[in-house]
Amino acid sequence: MHSSAGHSLILALPLLVTAGFILFSLLERRRLGALAPVSFWRRNGIAISTYLVVAVGLWTVIMIVLPQLYMIDLSLRPKLPPNQVGGPKDVYTLENYRYFLYGSTTSTAAWNTTHIKAFFLTIGASVLVTLLNFVLCYPLAFYMAQVTTRARVRIFMLLLITPYWVNEVLRAFAFRVLLGSQGVINTILLKLGLIDQPIDFLGLDVGLYAGLAYAYLLMMMFSLYNAIESLDRNQVEAARDLGAPWWYIHWSVVMPHAKPGIASGATLVFMLNAGALAAPLVLGGPRTLWFTPIVYDRFYQAFNWQQGAAYAFILLLACIVFVLLVLRLFRVGLGEIAR
Amino acid sequence: MTAALTAAITLDHVSVRFGDFTAVDDASLQIAPGEFFSFLGPSGCGKTTLLRTISGFVEPTQGRVLLDGRDMQGIGPNRRPTALIFQNLALFPMMSVADNIAYGLRVRGLSRRERNAKVESLLDLIALPDQGGKRVDELSGGQKQRVAIARALAVEPKVLLLDEPLSALDLKLRQHMRNELRAIQRRVGITFIYITHDQGEALTMSDRIAVMNRGVIEQIGDGRTIYEAPRTAFVASFVGENNAFIGRVVASEAGAAVVETSIGLLRGRNARGLVKGSEAVLFVRPEMLRPNPPADHQWIAGQVAEIAYEGSLTHVAFAAAGTGGLKLTMTLARGDTAAIPAAGTEAAIGYRAEDALVLPRETFGQD
Repeated sequence: MHSSAGHSLILALPLLVTAGFILFSLLERRRLGALAPVSFWRRNGIAISTYLVVAVGLWTVIMIVLPQLYMIDLSLRPKLPPNQVGGPKDVYTLENYRYFLYGSTTSTAAWNTTHIKAFFLTIGASVLVTLLNFVLCYPLAFYMAQVTTRARVRIFMLLLITPYWVNEVLRAFAFRVLLGSQGVINTILLKLGLIDQPIDFLGLDVGLYAGLAYAYLLMMMFSLYNAIESLDRNQVEAARDLGAPWWYIHWSVVMPHAKPGIASGATLVFMLNAGALAAPLVLGGPRTLWFTPIVYDRFYQAFNWQQGAAYAFILLLACIVFVLLVLRLFRVGLGEIAR
Repeated sequence: MTAALTAAITLDHVSVRFGDFTAVDDASLQIAPGEFFSFLGPSGCGKTTLLRTISGFVEPTQGRVLLDGRDMQGIGPNRRPTALIFQNLALFPMMSVADNIAYGLRVRGLSRRERNAKVESLLDLIALPDQGGKRVDELSGGQKQRVAIARALAVEPKVLLLDEPLSALDLKLRQHMRNELRAIQRRVGITFIYITHDQGEALTMSDRIAVMNRGVIEQIGDGRTIYEAPRTAFVASFVGENNAFIGRVVASEAGAAVVETSIGLLRGRNARGLVKGSEAVLFVRPEMLRPNPPADHQWIAGQVAEIAYEGSLTHVAFAAAGTGGLKLTMTLARGDTAAIPAAGTEAAIGYRAEDALVLPRETFGQD
């Protein structure tokens, strides 16, 4: 990607996005006919509409689309010394993606097991942490949304939010202090005589999972709370009146109603977990190789941005595919999540 | 005691308090099996609380609820032989019509075959055959209503509790559903308990009505008794139109009482045996008033203020002469309208003393 091409892209893309907007609104008008709501342009006026579209378009393009495009481009190029960039050797290649699967060309092993293992461990552990989050949050969310009073809900909200004023790295280290072999919990257990050897919580990855579960708890919490809050209490009572035991009410009435919220919470938590960096770096046991630190190392230890970009993309794509599959499995549309 | 054993529902001095607020105050009554029983009262009178107490969502603070002679204390709504139809119906929107109706059957562990057979017969009962596959939001208001009834009847309750289920419907549909509800009740033969603030609904559908006010059951009786022989001033004024004259009893003899009101002395039936000096309200129904009364009638002088023609009935607003500027309503059937004086003219109207009721005032007219 060279500067002149880059510049023209920055200028052209907002115009393209604007044109796309207009095209969509025309299409919508044609499809719905007289039923169409007042159009975006008519409602806001040409000047403000243009400003909004251009501003949002620029934002989207510069902050989201361009960097990603640049990273995709980067991931498809070989790592070269600066004086050879743009030279005859600077051609598109899948070398960086190949490396993820098979490792270095000089390696004797058939597969790049270290990285592949870390990759699947990351996905699997993220799924587990997401499930753990759901199990932790659902009862509290239901209690807050359906059972308790408004005043109590406010207190719960405060209690939930304030711990997150502490930054992520500090929270991760707090877990270390809590769970380390000379940590608070081990000390107490030793003093009480419940154990005679400190338990290696960090080595057993208890710290990692606890830290990850805690890090994105709120995402799950608020998604569930919002979804359950909109459930008509009479539905729960009607189910109860018809003889349903409590667990069946949750299974047949509350969860189906909250499905979009569950999906959006789970998607968020899963994505954030798979991409988490601080908790795995600080709390990961010695045998745990999380995928994100590997990506980080490509960039800053190996100084191989091309490979780092490729790794990041593998993770991103895998997560998107996985999430879409799960959504399909549970019959939730992408549109429902956004509600 | 034998009555308590045969009654479908017995309320035995039931009180429900929320903090300082008494929602239901010492309610006692018995409802026979197969009866269509209504609780009638203004919003906030405690009728919904009483219904929730019978269904088990609210535990009485005092007293007992017996269903089929069995004390229901500590038995949750999911284990009582009652089914509740909510004001907003509370159908499950993510399930089909058939799944809604089958919900209680699934909970009870019926096989798919049994469920399907039952659902089909219920769909026939509510005249929605072959609609089981539809989504709930594809139905009209009246159809949803009927699905809610079928869902409740599916679990074969001994008592069906209905919490103003018709209030969301438009007038025409509401009148149609009244008949339908009554017909369904006759067909299934179980006890219906119906909550409403609409006296028309209560009067047309019920075998008996309990009129409630401020947590207290003021009177229990069939529609005719409630309308023609109300026991309290509240019942007299809440059920049907009524002209009320507040005053004091100045003479009482042989079942009649004379009340001194702001427009003079009026005589009426002393149904509660009020003694001289009691604060009282004299009630005259609009249809008991007539223009140009004969000499043996109680006379009220004044002026015709307005005449509202309504087809079969004509309503006359009449301003009584005297202090207080009392406005009365007189309702005449179509055959009697010739005698109505023109609006604005001085006239006299009257009623027979035995058609008026003198009742204790209590708190009437104070709020």
